[in-house]
Amino acid sequence: MTRESVIAANRFGLGARPGELPDISKDPRGWLLQQLHGPGRTPAEFRNLPRTAGILVEFSELRNARRGERAADRDEPAPDIVRELTRNFREHYLQQTQARYRHAAATDFPFHERLVHFWSNHFAVSADKPPVTAVAGSFENEAIRPHLHGSFAELLVAAEQHPSMILYLDNQRSIGPDSRIGKRANRRRGDREIGLNENLAREILELHTLGVDGGYTQDDVTTFAKVITGWSIGGADPRGRMAEGTPGEFEFRENIHEPGAHRIMGKKYEDRGVRQGEAVLHDLALHPATAKHIATKLARHFVADDPPPQLVESIASAYMESGGDLPTVHAALVNADESWQHTLAKYKTPQDLVVSTFRAFDRVPDDGKLIVGALDTMGHTPYRPGSPAGWPDTAAAWGGADSLYKRIEWSNTVARFVGPLVNPLTLGEDVLGPALGSRTRQAISRAASVMQGMTLLLASPEFQRR
Amino acid sequence: MLDRRKLLQYFAAGACVATAPRLAMAKADTDARLVLVILRGAADGLAMAAPYGDGNYDGLRGELALAKPGSEGGVLKIDGIFGLHPSFRGVHSLFEERQAILLHAIATPYRERSHFDGQDMLELGASPGNLLRDGWLNRTLRPLGSSVGDELAIALSQNTPLVLRGTNSVTSWAPSRLPDADDDTLSRLEDLYADDEFFATRLAQAMESQAIAGNMGNLRRRGNDAEQLKAALQSTARFLAVENGLRIAVVESGGWDTHANQGAATGNLANRFAALDEALSGLRDGLGSYWSNTAVLVVTEFGRTARVNGTRGTDHGTATAALLLGGAVSGGRIVADWLGLANRDLYAGRDLYPTTDMRSLFKGVLIEHLGLDDAFVERDVFPESGNAKPLTGLIRTM
Repeated sequence: MTRESVIAANRFGLGARPGELPDISKDPRGWLLQQLHGPGRTPAEFRNLPRTAGILVEFSELRNARRGERAADRDEPAPDIVRELTRNFREHYLQQTQARYRHAAATDFPFHERLVHFWSNHFAVSADKPPVTAVAGSFENEAIRPHLHGSFAELLVAAEQHPSMILYLDNQRSIGPDSRIGKRANRRRGDREIGLNENLAREILELHTLGVDGGYTQDDVTTFAKVITGWSIGGADPRGRMAEGTPGEFEFRENIHEPGAHRIMGKKYEDRGVRQGEAVLHDLALHPATAKHIATKLARHFVADDPPPQLVESIASAYMESGGDLPTVHAALVNADESWQHTLAKYKTPQDLVVSTFRAFDRVPDDGKLIVGALDTMGHTPYRPGSPAGWPDTAAAWGGADSLYKRIEWSNTVARFVGPLVNPLTLGEDVLGPALGSRTRQAISRAASVMQGMTLLLASPEFQRR
Repeated sequence: MLDRRKLLQYFAAGACVATAPRLAMAKADTDARLVLVILRGAADGLAMAAPYGDGNYDGLRGELALAKPGSEGGVLKIDGIFGLHPSFRGVHSLFEERQAILLHAIATPYRERSHFDGQDMLELGASPGNLLRDGWLNRTLRPLGSSVGDELAIALSQNTPLVLRGTNSVTSWAPSRLPDADDDTLSRLEDLYADDEFFATRLAQAMESQAIAGNMGNLRRRGNDAEQLKAALQSTARFLAVENGLRIAVVESGGWDTHANQGAATGNLANRFAALDEALSGLRDGLGSYWSNTAVLVVTEFGRTARVNGTRGTDHGTATAALLLGGAVSGGRIVADWLGLANRDLYAGRDLYPTTDMRSLFKGVLIEHLGLDDAFVERDVFPESGNAKPLTGLIRTM
């Protein structure tokens, strides 16, 4: 068992399963590189879940069926509808979360799966805003999961045009002031909420592509917001002006799209409908600031909170040279020597901890609620980073004292579930190999019981890091 | 090494905390304590503090209208126009002791009706279109010097709320749903972590938090909103009533979104107000002598419609009420630029019209209570908020 195999399985992957390290030791880099294309097609547990469009249609039907109960002058749906919707949101959320963690615990492509989680967090749609609660997991499965084998530009378009993203960042409400509907509305007085909404445009520039210091201005944000007016969802209101399109799917609405050519970061884009915004996305994807931003985030997630500049540089070069080809970029991360210098450089997120524990136990969680509860308690509720910036990749942001205490309590709780037949010292050697330090070995071997030994292993600095 | 259970007894007995390793070492220029209570879901300001003396109040509020002071279920009088909801007995006695200010017709700059965006605006301290990412109370911490292991601010919740998120280190504490690890295991972990500063620091701090907050067997996360709020403010008092301890605490409370069967002098909302009132009294009692240097802000993201809706509740509105309480507060009065409830004076024909910017309140408290530099508050805590002048005279001068 080599030190490199520990890095490959625990830091790049989702945590070693017993018996895996000797195999990975033969060729740790090769083991990672052969996972870059993932399991080929989307695994069945995700394919069988309801799709975003279906979920959104289900909800709009539920709302419309009860519309009669609403008084004409109110903005709010009746409370029993709110309750029913909330229950449905929660069911979808739990189903998606359960599939996510069952798969993470069992997959033979743990590096690929970590990349799925990384990119899903990069394009975070936080499940705290209904109806996004019900469609954050489906976003990951539809917009992220199938798009890690091509270019960043393709991933970017898939993410920004996904209904979950449109809803999360309010783009369906953004109306060009000079569009047909915008002009009509502005002639009447008293129409609220008519106009541009810059949320999606701003987050694309600041979070998804160039980064906050990427050289764009507020004018670029406003102009880009105009360019992507009309990026909406089909069948939003079956009786009103938003009836067109396939219900619940991405729909370009010409009648709210701001017409005309626009200039963004010095380049002019002709009005070609939906193509106008897509052209901007393609240019943003190939911008050096985007390469730098993404290289930094990847290096920070996989290697160190404060990543070596040379590593960032080599990932960014691979990005620019390949035109943002994701497998090439991901391979550059694996192939850089800086990625292999320190064995336990990252403090695991609560999610890393939970998933790697299940993998160490060689078990698949069968109750999604337990996982959600555990992660919520440790301050990392699944799909709920609370902001479009996603979970930060630095421990300072979520690795406080109270969270550590709960990690210890959780370790102590699950240690009891595996029972006395698993020897904690053997398990520690199996999943941490040479990284298991003498202090921890000693603590485990002196433990008062097998259960306590297991708690010490799971709570040890070696297991809590990756 | 101090045994954990002994440590618990030590704190429970109210002994002095000279041996407490970390939380008690926080250094800051200020000894003042600040508690921010966020009522999530848009609490009804017109029920919290009713303008019973406004000629349009009874008509607009219909069955939700509260009676005049002195009558059964009547409001608790503050002046000839405003009275507190009858549930606020403790807050009302603070008014009588001149330790409470009611702010009315107050709102953030947010003018739409989404809870999520409204709460973001409240916590970011932003203007619409601002590019802020971190909470205003986190930005406040910079000159106070809050660092890892030496934090000045605590969130009494599972996830740190946005208002406290940012680059400055903050701590958090919430009762756990998980079974406790036993003392022997914890002491073995202390040994195991001894070489690793990251883990050693955090475990020491966590053990101390556990000790300060008390053995929370009776304060598990289960329980309704009211019980959780009481428990959170009780723990807040324990964290803040420590010499050189934490200065700032944030407590969240959910369930204020009263679209249906809101009730008037009694009912759903009245019960919530009563729980809040009781929780605030508990905070006051728990803080003991620290109360005299404490200010408590009670705020919500926006108000509710002036009229009753079809399900005996109210819908999302605009301006609302806020409270500033505490021994440090120069109280017994109302801060409100009151336009009134006539139809033409309502915002968009339906909501209480906002006349005071919530950020004016926050700025005033930061400057007068925490002693922060005006220029720093304007430039770094609430950038681009020049129109919202800090309120003055909120805090007693010593």
